[in-house]
Amino acid sequence: MGIEEKLPSGVLLSTVEGAAGYFRKASLWPATFGLACCAFEMMTAGAPRYDLARFGMEVFRASPRQADLMIVAGRVSQKMAPVLRQIYDQMTNPKWVLSMGVCASSGGMFNNYAIVQGVDHVVPVDMYLPGCPPRPEMLIDSILKLHDKIQHSKLGENRAEQIEEREQAALTASTTSDMKGLLR
Amino acid sequence: MTDNQSEDAARGRDDLPATPESTQLEVVEVRDGMFGAEDSGDTSGYGRLRRTIALPGPSSRPYGGWFDDVADSLEAGLGDLATSVPDGHPIEKVVVDRGEITFYVRRKHLRAVAQLLRDDPALRFEFCSGVSGVHYPGETGRELHAVYHLLSMTHNRRIRLEVAAPDADPHIPSVVPVYPTADWHERETYDFFGIIFDGHPALTRIQMPDDWPGHPQRKDYPLGGISVEYKGATIPPPDERRSYR
Amino acid sequence: MSDPYATTTESSAGTVYTVTGQDWDTVVAGVSQGDEEHVVVNMGPQHPSTHGVLRLILELDGETVTDLRCGVGYLHTGIEKNMEFRTWTQGVTFCTRMDYVAPLFNEAVYVMGVEKLLEIEDDIPEKALVMRVLLMELNRIASHLVAIATGGMEIGALTVMTIGFREREMVLDLFETITGLRMNHAFIRPGGVAQDLPDGTLDQVRDFVKIMRKRLPEYAALCNANPIFKGRLVGTGYLDRAGCLALGASGPILRATGYPWDLRRDQPYWGYEDYDFDVVTWDSSDAYGRFRIRLQEMWESLRIIEQCADRLDGLEGAPVVVADKKIAWPAQLSVGEDGQGNSAEHIKHIMGESMEALIHHFKLVTEGFRVPPGQAYSAIESPRGELACHVVSDGGTRPFRAHFRDPSFVNLQCMSVMAEGGMVADVVVVVASIDPVLGGVDR
Repeated sequence: MGIEEKLPSGVLLSTVEGAAGYFRKASLWPATFGLACCAFEMMTAGAPRYDLARFGMEVFRASPRQADLMIVAGRVSQKMAPVLRQIYDQMTNPKWVLSMGVCASSGGMFNNYAIVQGVDHVVPVDMYLPGCPPRPEMLIDSILKLHDKIQHSKLGENRAEQIEEREQAALTASTTSDMKGLLR
Repeated sequence: MTDNQSEDAARGRDDLPATPESTQLEVVEVRDGMFGAEDSGDTSGYGRLRRTIALPGPSSRPYGGWFDDVADSLEAGLGDLATSVPDGHPIEKVVVDRGEITFYVRRKHLRAVAQLLRDDPALRFEFCSGVSGVHYPGETGRELHAVYHLLSMTHNRRIRLEVAAPDADPHIPSVVPVYPTADWHERETYDFFGIIFDGHPALTRIQMPDDWPGHPQRKDYPLGGISVEYKGATIPPPDERRSYR
Repeated sequence: MSDPYATTTESSAGTVYTVTGQDWDTVVAGVSQGDEEHVVVNMGPQHPSTHGVLRLILELDGETVTDLRCGVGYLHTGIEKNMEFRTWTQGVTFCTRMDYVAPLFNEAVYVMGVEKLLEIEDDIPEKALVMRVLLMELNRIASHLVAIATGGMEIGALTVMTIGFREREMVLDLFETITGLRMNHAFIRPGGVAQDLPDGTLDQVRDFVKIMRKRLPEYAALCNANPIFKGRLVGTGYLDRAGCLALGASGPILRATGYPWDLRRDQPYWGYEDYDFDVVTWDSSDAYGRFRIRLQEMWESLRIIEQCADRLDGLEGAPVVVADKKIAWPAQLSVGEDGQGNSAEHIKHIMGESMEALIHHFKLVTEGFRVPPGQAYSAIESPRGELACHVVSDGGTRPFRAHFRDPSFVNLQCMSVMAEGGMVADVVVVVASIDPVLGGVDR
């Protein structure tokens, strides 16, 4: 991206990471991607009672060019998936994706031919929020957790290192179906 | 064979909630087994259960209430059409069940019947609520049904028209010239069942993507889900699970 | 300046321009070089003003819309096919998510169809019927509030949006008290409703009615005589009675032509014939008339809710499910001390007292009840028009076919007729006046 990506790792980079993280999280602008029922809980989160404006997020930008956060709210059908991907591509960096609701996170109750079983098949997701639909308070909780994540995200060299580490961990992790006895 | 079927039909209704005096039944399908999923080890013994699925059959006159008036007006309006066609009366049969009347129409005469139902002042079914499809894979020669629900606001009545078409020749004349509202409904029925409505202005897929192969709501189309992986187990999708049919 | 999305491409339909925020002049300059006078514009599925994932393909001659086509199916979920693999009671949880703004209506129409097939319509206890009517009328208010709020937002009246959602929160609070959930309740079930009313509900209902009576005039004050509002809505989206009947439009669109067709009055169900309310009509057949109808229908719904509350006063302790134990959903759930949904008395009953109760519970929850073979069609008046369900049973524990005639699906067909010849800005107003919910359109 900019100069912050090219700083050498050290005290300067970590300070810049903190500042950049703070500025980025402080007014994330969501892109309107309300699809189904979760869209209404998202709108309600922007409405007076569960005000999103206190986080600087009440402006839902219709244009993906001006948006930072894509809240995929609702079930993504096979017909809609290419549109989803196109909107994601049209968003400028830095961008985050929050998949709201079980339908966006995993296909939800609709395990069938018409629904993409999780938008992570189509776009990379930063935060999963289960619920059918999740209450506005749950949405705000997930947004705050995402804020945390953004605040602590690393830049430049540190980021490259972090990606390396995570890849290694994922390669050596055991598969879900082998994790027997961990049913709690 | 017919004796067994009617016995089966009679026996098969033991486990149902209280039934009224039954109309004559018509066998649609014969099903084996209580649970789906033949691959898992079914030691219950229910696997050899054989059930006949029978839907209410044709009713005889008098139908009761205003049904007779509608049937009479329809008869009268069809008049010479009824006697002049070689392959039988346009109305194949009439079923009166659960307080509703269903006219089974031969597909060739559908548009004439619809036009009559809409225009005749005694009938005046000016509102077509919708067209839906049903797929009966067991009824060979008549698998695809298109169901039309008509509402007469003038007389405050509802009737149903049902038209059957075989899988091999899934063509049904379109009623869009008579009821323009059927436009999207027929597109949807085509999309989901593959019934081709002859005379439709623009019969294309409406719900599925335009290049989708197959017709999803047919019974031979799988539900299409994927197995879900949990910690320590994998649950198959709903249409492959062992469950009561 | 090479942007993969902002260049022009040649296609079989001619040159395709993608507008990504550059000046309209540059786009039009490029277009006018060709012979084409008509520009085809795609108001794509992702749009803030199309009420969901609706795709509108407009052919424009300057600012006038010469041709409009709707592309739907972007929210198709296969709900109807999914229902064929679940029991009759589980089907309620699926159909409730179709028209997500008015979920209780979807449940109601499906349950009405199932009860018709089971032939237990006369056995539903009165309390269940009154609760159903109460919930449906509350939902009608919530749905009309959404229609007015989002419609207002789309034409720029943002205050209407915030106050609309503020009122809707109160309705959702009531839903939470009664059904446990804010949306997608799965509360109306074949045989009755899932649970009895908790204590204090009727007080909450009456408070709600009192507050709403003070708040509803705000909408009228903001919109009814507002010159901008009237300027945009009066005369827009005109569809006369013949057009409505030909295109199958029902609900506010049909009533805006002056024809008082309301299924609650003309083909009453669940005791609607005993409630005192008026059918609201308007005579202008345009978007303004539909807006005024929705506003007035909220007042009528408040009247019905008051009457429901009065009736429920006298029905303390009455049953809420049908008496036939082979159909009635067994447990009256309540949250136990461990936070789990169980009812100590019910568990004690099935485990200790009655073997039949245990068997019924087990069979109903695992297998479900069987419905005699046949087909039925049930229709109710949802906030958008006639919502109907065609259920076919083959005698089994799951629907053989459940098809929903959703009013938004049919009403959207009127889009072309209403918007062609108008301006682009009117398209948004027309969509708002039809008030489609794409979940119901696409199912």
